Amino acid sequence: MIFRFGGDQSAFDPHGPIARSIATHGWWLLLVCIAVYFIVMTAFFIALARRRRETDDLPETSARLTRNVGIAVALTVLILIGIATSSVVAGRGLYSPSGAGAITVDVVGHQWWWDFQYHDITPSDVFTSPNELHIPVGVPVVLKAMSTDVIHSFWVPNLMGKRDLIPGIVTNTWIQADEPGVYRGQCAEFCGHQHAHMALQVVAEPMDKFQQWVRHQREPASEPSTDEEKRGKDVFMQSPCVTCHSIRGTDAGSHVGPELTHVGSRLTLAAGTLPNARGHLAGWIVNSQSIKPGNRMPPNALAPDDLQALLAYVRSLQ
Amino acid sequence: MSRRRVFVVAFCAVSLVAAACEREIRPFQTLAVASARTQKPVLSPLFPGGQPLPEPNESPFQQNAYGTAEGKRLFDQFNCTGCHSHGGGGMGPALMDDTWIYGSEPANIFESIVEGRPNGMPAWRNKIADQQVWQLVAYIQSMSGNEPIDVLPSRSDHMRYSTPENARRAQTPVQTHAP
Amino acid sequence: MSDFVHPIERRMAFTLTSEERLRRQLADTWYVPRGIVGWFSVADHKTIGRRYIITAFGFFIFAGILAGLMRIQLAVPNNHFVGPDLYNQIFTVHGTMMMFLFAVPVMEAMGVYLVPLMIGTRNIAFPRLNAFSYYVYLFGGVMLVATMLLNTAPDVGWFSYVPLAGPDYTPGKRADFWAQMITFTEVAALAVSVELVTTIFKTRAPGMSLNRMPLFVWSMLVTAFMVIFAMPTVVLCSTFLLLDRTVGTQFYNPAEGGDALLWQHLFWFFGHPEVYIIFVPALGIVSSIISAFTWRPIFGYPAMVMSLVATGFIGFGLWVHHMFATGLPALGLEYFTAASIVIAIPTGIQIFCWIASLWRGRPRFHTPLLFVLGFFAIFVLGGLSGVTLASVPFDLQVHDSYYVVAHFHYVLLGGAVFPLIGGIYFWFPKMTGRMMDDRLGKVNFWLFFIGFNVTFFPMHILGLEGMPRRIYTYPDSMGWGTLNLVSSLGALLLVLGGVLFVYNVVRSYAWGLVASDNPWGAETLEWATSSPPPVYNFLHIPVVEGRSALWNRSPDASVVTGIRSDVREVLLTDVMDAEPVTVTEYPEPSIWPFLCAVVTSAFFVGSIFTPWALPVAIPPLAVTLIGWFWPKKRDHAREMEEHAGDGTVPPEGRLRALREARA
Repeated sequence: MIFRFGGDQSAFDPHGPIARSIATHGWWLLLVCIAVYFIVMTAFFIALARRRRETDDLPETSARLTRNVGIAVALTVLILIGIATSSVVAGRGLYSPSGAGAITVDVVGHQWWWDFQYHDITPSDVFTSPNELHIPVGVPVVLKAMSTDVIHSFWVPNLMGKRDLIPGIVTNTWIQADEPGVYRGQCAEFCGHQHAHMALQVVAEPMDKFQQWVRHQREPASEPSTDEEKRGKDVFMQSPCVTCHSIRGTDAGSHVGPELTHVGSRLTLAAGTLPNARGHLAGWIVNSQSIKPGNRMPPNALAPDDLQALLAYVRSLQ
Repeated sequence: MSRRRVFVVAFCAVSLVAAACEREIRPFQTLAVASARTQKPVLSPLFPGGQPLPEPNESPFQQNAYGTAEGKRLFDQFNCTGCHSHGGGGMGPALMDDTWIYGSEPANIFESIVEGRPNGMPAWRNKIADQQVWQLVAYIQSMSGNEPIDVLPSRSDHMRYSTPENARRAQTPVQTHAP
Repeated sequence: MSDFVHPIERRMAFTLTSEERLRRQLADTWYVPRGIVGWFSVADHKTIGRRYIITAFGFFIFAGILAGLMRIQLAVPNNHFVGPDLYNQIFTVHGTMMMFLFAVPVMEAMGVYLVPLMIGTRNIAFPRLNAFSYYVYLFGGVMLVATMLLNTAPDVGWFSYVPLAGPDYTPGKRADFWAQMITFTEVAALAVSVELVTTIFKTRAPGMSLNRMPLFVWSMLVTAFMVIFAMPTVVLCSTFLLLDRTVGTQFYNPAEGGDALLWQHLFWFFGHPEVYIIFVPALGIVSSIISAFTWRPIFGYPAMVMSLVATGFIGFGLWVHHMFATGLPALGLEYFTAASIVIAIPTGIQIFCWIASLWRGRPRFHTPLLFVLGFFAIFVLGGLSGVTLASVPFDLQVHDSYYVVAHFHYVLLGGAVFPLIGGIYFWFPKMTGRMMDDRLGKVNFWLFFIGFNVTFFPMHILGLEGMPRRIYTYPDSMGWGTLNLVSSLGALLLVLGGVLFVYNVVRSYAWGLVASDNPWGAETLEWATSSPPPVYNFLHIPVVEGRSALWNRSPDASVVTGIRSDVREVLLTDVMDAEPVTVTEYPEPSIWPFLCAVVTSAFFVGSIFTPWALPVAIPPLAVTLIGWFWPKKRDHAREMEEHAGDGTVPPEGRLRALREARA
C-alpha cells in the first residue's frame, strides 16, 4: 500500500468543494512538475551521454546553445505563468463560501484538544462539542478560529486546507462536506508535547439528522437511572473531575477541560487518541499520562468500585 | 590529558548535569497520592524525649520550572485568584508577601490547600489531584520570589497584573501565628 | 614545517636565488604562531577556514545522529523509543544545528578558505575578526550540544514560534538557550560576511575585474550581502524573545499590544533568505566543479552572474509563503505566490546553462562531478516541489506536513549538501595535499544518493496522505506505517554513506595520493599555488588576463611586484576593474580575538540567566578589545627612510625569524 488515493486525511481524497478544487489544481501541478522534471532530466542525460564532436567549441555552436537556453527559459516562464494563474483561480473560492445559508461555528483551540462552540441567539441553546465537529451535508459552515494558548492549526484534508488558530486574533475559514461521513482532521501547527495527539472528527450528516443532533446536544445531561450510575455521579461530584469538567444540568460547571455533557455519544476520547470504549475510558481516567504524556489531566487513583460506577455514569451521558 | 584533568572535567560536567536536571525535568507522572498523607507537617515544636519526627513530604516540583509553570496556570484556572487575586490578596490573604499564617514550608502549603483553613479557605481534598496540588504549592512558593531566578516564571500572556515573578524581590517568609 | 629555514642557511641568503629569498621572507612575515597560545592566535584564513569546516561537519554528524533517532522513533506507529519531551528536543536541535551550526557556517567556511585564493590575495580581510568569529561560533555550538546533554535543549522547533516559545508555555531556560545560540551564530556569520565583501571588492588581484571573477566568488559575494541584510532580523526577533522571557517585555503578548505574528514575520524575513544563504554558495561550487570536469568555462557567464544576483534580491520577497495558513489577506498572499514562482526563473536559467556546459564539454566522471550530477537529479525535483508550494491553495493542504519536509530536504540536502560533499572531494587535494580515494568516493555517492531518495521521496506521499510534521508518533490506523518504515531504512543507508565519507576523509588525509598543484586541471587561481598552499598563498600575486585565470594565462603573463614582503602588506585594488589603488598592512596573529570571544561567549551565556551579565562583561570586553586593537610598536617614518623599497628584512624581523627557528 504505497499510495492510497482514498482514506483518512488524504488531500487527494476530497469530499467537499474546497478540497475538490484544491485536489484538481494539485493534480495539474504535480503532473506539470513531473513532466518538467522528466524533460529536464532527459536533456541532462543527453548532455552527459552524447558523442562529442569537433564542432562543439565553435562560436556557431555557442550561438545555437544560447538560442536553446533562451527557448527553455521562455518555456519555463510560460509554464510558471500557467501555474500562477491556476493557483489564483483555484484559490478564489477559498476564503469565503459562495453558497447560501451558512452556519457559523467557533473553533477554539486548547493545548491539546478542540472545542467547537455552536452559538445561538437564545443563550440556553448555546452548546459546545469538544473534538467532534458536526456539519450538515452540502451546507457551507463558516469557522471562526481562536486559540486560548498557543498557535494551533485546524486541518481536515478531506474537506479543506488548513487555517491557523492564533491567540489574539480571530481567523476565518469555512468547510463544507458534499457526502455524509466521518472525516479525521489533525492539528497542523506544532503546539507542544501532545501536538501529535490533537486530532478531531468532522461528522457530516444530512440536514435533518444534523438538526436532530443539535437538538440533542442542547439538552442537559441525562439523569443517572441505575444505582451504579447514581453512585458514579456522586463519585464524579466528589472527585477532582468536577474541578475541571462541566456537565450541563448538574452542579459541575468548570470550563478548564472539555465539557462532558454528551461524552458517551462521541466517537473518540482525548482528541482522537482513543476510541470511545469502556476500557479506554478507564485507562484514561486512571492514568492519562501514560497514554498522552504531558496532557493536562492528572492521574486519578480511584477505588475499584468507584471507578466502575464512574465509568457507568460517564458512559450513560449519551 | 592527565587522569587528574579528566577527573576535574568529569566532576564539573556531572555537577552541571545535576544542577540543570532539576529545573528542566518534565515530570508528567508523579504517582504521589496516598503517600502525600503519610508525612503531614507537625503542629508543635515539642517532641517527647526530644527526638524529632521525620521531615514531612517534599514537594516533587521543588525548583522545577515545569511544575511551577503548571501551578501558575492552575492558580488562574481553579479560581484561586477569586480570593487571593494574583498574589496581592483580597478576601483571602496576600500570597506574594512575607507573611505566612500557617507556615511557608511546602508541606504546610499543601495542608492549607487540601485541608482548608479557618476563616474561609475551602478544603480542596479530593477536588484537586495531589499532583496538581503540589504544582500549586510550587507556584505559591514562587510568588514571593523565593525560588532560583531561572525557575521563576516570567510574564504571562495575559494583561499585565503585577511584576513578573522573576522580577520580584525575594520575601523571606515570616510566620505570624502558630499553625 | 616546510617554512622552517635553518639559521645557518639564512645567513647564507646571499647565495640563494631571489625566488628562494622571497619565499623565506614571506614565510617569515606571514609566520604561523606556534605552541598552545599560538594555536589560539592563528589568523590565517586557511587555518580558520579548515577549523570551521571540521567543526561544522562535527555538528553535521551530531545533528545527523539526532535525525537517526527521529527516524527510529517514527519507523513504526505508536513507538515508545523516545517520549514526546525528548523527541521535541531532538527535532528542535536537529533543525537548529543543521541550519545555524552546519549549513551556513560550512558554506561561509568554504568562502573563507577559497575566496582569498581564488581572487589572488594573501589573506582574508580583517583576519583577527575571522578568528574571533570562529571561536564565537564554536562556543555557541558547544553550548547547544551541552544543552542537549543537560535536558535543557530547546524543544519548540528550530523556528521557535511564539507563544509556544514564550515565557508562559515553555518554562525553564530551554528557549532562552535557543535564542542566545542564534546570537552566537549570527555574530559569527555577520563577521565573516563583512570580511568576504571587503576581500572580494577590495583585494582582488589586478586584472580580475568584476566580470572576470570566478562564479564561486560571485556566489559568496551575493551570499555575504544576503547575510548582512537578513541576519540582523533574526538577532532582533530572538533578542525580543529573550527579553520577553527574562525581563518581561511584551513584544509577543497580544494582550498587551504585542503580536504573535510579529515573530513569524521577523523570523521568516530572515528564514527565507537563510535557505538561499545556504544554497547560493552551493551554486558556486557546482559551477567550479562542472568547469573543472568538462575543461570548459561555464556557459553563459553573464546570465549566471545575473541569476545569482537576482536570486539574492528576490529571495527577500518570499517570506510570507511560510505563513499562507495564518489568515493574512488574500491579495497579499498572491504577491508572495508570484515572487515565490518568479525565483524559479533565475534558478532555471542556471540549470539550463549548466546543462549547456555539460553538453559542450567532455565530462570526466570523478567523484566531485558525480555529486554534482546527484545535485541535478535531486535539486530539480526539490525546486519543482517548491514551485507547487508557492501556490496558496495547494500549500494550505501540504503546509506543515511531510510534503514540506520532503521538499526542503530535497533542496537543502540535494541542493547544498551534495555540492558541498562534491566540493570537499574537489578541494581536498588543495586543502591537505592529498587526493581522496575516488573509488570509495563513488561508493559514497551511491550510498548517499540511493539512501537519500529512499528516505525522503516517500515523505512527499506521506504529506499528501495527511501526515503532519513534528509529531512524535502516529496511530496505527492511518496507514502511514509502511512508508515511514521505508524512510527509516533509507536513513540507515544515509548513515552508512556518512560513515564511509568520514572514513574516506580520515584515510585520505593520512595515506592518500600526494596531490600536485592542479590535479584536476581546473581554471581558477587557487590551483596556481602548491597543495596545500603556503601560508602566504602565492609567491607572486598574478595579474589576471581573462575569465579563466589559468586557462587564459599567457606564458609571459605578469605578476605583481613592489609590495613589501617584510611586513604583511596587501595590495588593494579598485572595485570594478581591480586596478591597483594602494597597499595596506594586515595585522599579525594575536591571542586577543580568542580572549574576546571567550568573554563575549560568557556574556551571552550569562545574560540568559541574569541581566547583570551586561555590566559585568563590559570591563573584560573592553580589555580584550583594547588588546586586540593595540597598535604595533613600529616607527613607520624611520623604516620608510631606512628601507626605501630595497626589500631587505629589517633587523627586528630577522631577530624574530631566528627566535622562531630556535623554538
